Amino acid sequence: MDLSLYMPEWLVTHGPAFLIVLPLLMAAITAVFPGRKLAWWTTTFVTLILVLSAVALAQFELANGMDVYQMGGWAPPHGISLKIDALSAPVLVLISAMALVTMIYAMPATLAEIEPKKRAPYYAAFLLCIAGLLGMVVTEDAFNVFVFLEVSSISTYVLVALGSSRDRRALVSAYNYLILGSIGATFFVIGIGFLYMETGTLNMADMARILTELNGGSRVSMVAFGFIIVGLGLKLAMFPLHTWLPGAYAYAPTQVTAFLASTATKAALYLLLRFTFFIFSPDFAYVDAVLVFLIFGLGIVGMIFASLQAIFQTDARRMLAYSSVGQVGYMLLGIGIATTASLSAAYLHLINHAVIKGGLFLALGAMWYRFGITRVDDFRGLSKTMPWTMGAFTLCGFSLIGVPFTAGFVSKVALAQSAAAGGYWWAVGFIMVSSILAVIYVGRVLMVAYFRSPPEIDGKPCVKNEAPLRMLVPMWAMALLSIAVGMNIFGASDILVGASERAASLLTGTTFPGTGG
Amino acid sequence: MAERKTRPSKPSKEEMAPRDPHVLLRVMAKFLIPLIALFALYVHFHGDYGPGGGFQAGVIFAASIILYALIFGLDAAKQAFPPSWIRIGMTLGVLLYGGTGVVTWLLGGEFLNYGVLAHEPSHGQHYGILAVELGVLVTVTTVMIAIFYAFGSRQPETSEEDW
Repeated sequence: MDLSLYMPEWLVTHGPAFLIVLPLLMAAITAVFPGRKLAWWTTTFVTLILVLSAVALAQFELANGMDVYQMGGWAPPHGISLKIDALSAPVLVLISAMALVTMIYAMPATLAEIEPKKRAPYYAAFLLCIAGLLGMVVTEDAFNVFVFLEVSSISTYVLVALGSSRDRRALVSAYNYLILGSIGATFFVIGIGFLYMETGTLNMADMARILTELNGGSRVSMVAFGFIIVGLGLKLAMFPLHTWLPGAYAYAPTQVTAFLASTATKAALYLLLRFTFFIFSPDFAYVDAVLVFLIFGLGIVGMIFASLQAIFQTDARRMLAYSSVGQVGYMLLGIGIATTASLSAAYLHLINHAVIKGGLFLALGAMWYRFGITRVDDFRGLSKTMPWTMGAFTLCGFSLIGVPFTAGFVSKVALAQSAAAGGYWWAVGFIMVSSILAVIYVGRVLMVAYFRSPPEIDGKPCVKNEAPLRMLVPMWAMALLSIAVGMNIFGASDILVGASERAASLLTGTTFPGTGG
Repeated sequence: MAERKTRPSKPSKEEMAPRDPHVLLRVMAKFLIPLIALFALYVHFHGDYGPGGGFQAGVIFAASIILYALIFGLDAAKQAFPPSWIRIGMTLGVLLYGGTGVVTWLLGGEFLNYGVLAHEPSHGQHYGILAVELGVLVTVTTVMIAIFYAFGSRQPETSEEDW
């Protein structure tokens, strides 16, 4: 269904700004709401509108090309402009869709996880986080990126810390994340400062033009690039800079974990793509060196080491968090190879992984909700006590491994093919090894859940206690979506592959080889 | 707070006039605080012509409240500027800023295009800047006071004698 046909004329013109302004202002209003039910309804309604407008705008972009909006009527490069193009539109849809999915889930989850007095501010912080993430993706002004990065990060610290009513360790994790996240943001803004010094502009397209004219620029732009890569590396949990991630994912409220795992690191990856290929260019010698040696290399190291760490976790959420670091490695690998096909594969994996990991964390949260389960050992007999939840977990887990007919398989095969075609045939081996490691850590959980009997309470086995419908629907939506992508039901795979090919060809400035222009 | 403790509960007959060591500070502060608040507004309304603007004005305005708290104690300051205002002020500022943008939308311009606020675009720019900066002022003032209250209200975890 083409939503863009039903879109009012006003939304076409003002859509990019609307995506940021709506959650931002509603966050301010929600923060003073007395009633927590009202806060939930408002937030859900806002995310629903965001999904509809993001999908409509993406479809409009698909049909009519990029949509540039001039904030305050000031034309770029002097004014701030917002842009929806082939690279940002799918990420916008992803962020708003994940927000809606986790909001449906949040109704029962927050009742259990957040104290009543803190629920309205919690939703306000969540809306603020959405506004920041959408702003980061939609803006075309490099300094604005930093501002929105901070908006989303600071609200994320608050959201992670709000998990403290469930587990006090959330406070330490949030503090850890605060320190590392601030260092990352500082590095990023130093990089922007140097880049501004070199080019004298903050508009991304203008920066790209000037840097090309300067043929990569002087040492200043090299330093800028280094700072930006380190700053974004911290935000997207590039392998040695990922230490904030497991704690933050493990102790945050479930909704926040699922939302962060599927959007926050992905938005940072989007920025990495935007900066490396759009502002800078792989034609510059230093960018090429960083791509080949740093991003590609760290991607492979992260794939192996983070997956190994995931195997040895006793806490199921920490296991999935380390697995996230490993999966980011796959995307970095695709980015590092820097061919159109590999970028498209990385982009596809970015979206697929968001869906898979979102579903997995939602299922884990439901297990905690019913039985207080966090450790892998406690999964005993879950296939009998929570069959539907475990079913969704299993499907998403298979997808994470990359079993055929799942979303993970589609993107991993695309990644392996592009690596082989790009001359890195040996990287295919690492993809295989990392997938086998995923079999081990996902399989370990499934073994416990399916082949051991439920624990006994007072001599009687634990009875069936399924998660509420509001939790089952979001997690099954994710699980079925990953199957739909894997088996190309309703053309889901074609849509995603098409979107990532368009994004990749925008980045490299070429038409995709397979589509023939 | 501190000076209230040092004041004797019942003045003995020897010292008929209880000596207030801070009388000069109190009188001067009472004289200065309204001026500081007024200066904050001056900085705000001159922000479009000269140096200044909402952020600076907000900090100056908050400084007047903080000075009041330093001289007369935190409790008195919390009576003058109740902590319940803080949350409202913070959101009100954001809504003033964003609301200006929404108004420009309703008038048919781009978001925060102040030119549509008046018949003459340059006048509209003035109004728009002032409205937006007023939002900044409100938010910055309340956030500054919130930070001060948060740190000022902290109780030491172990009392001085227990060390």
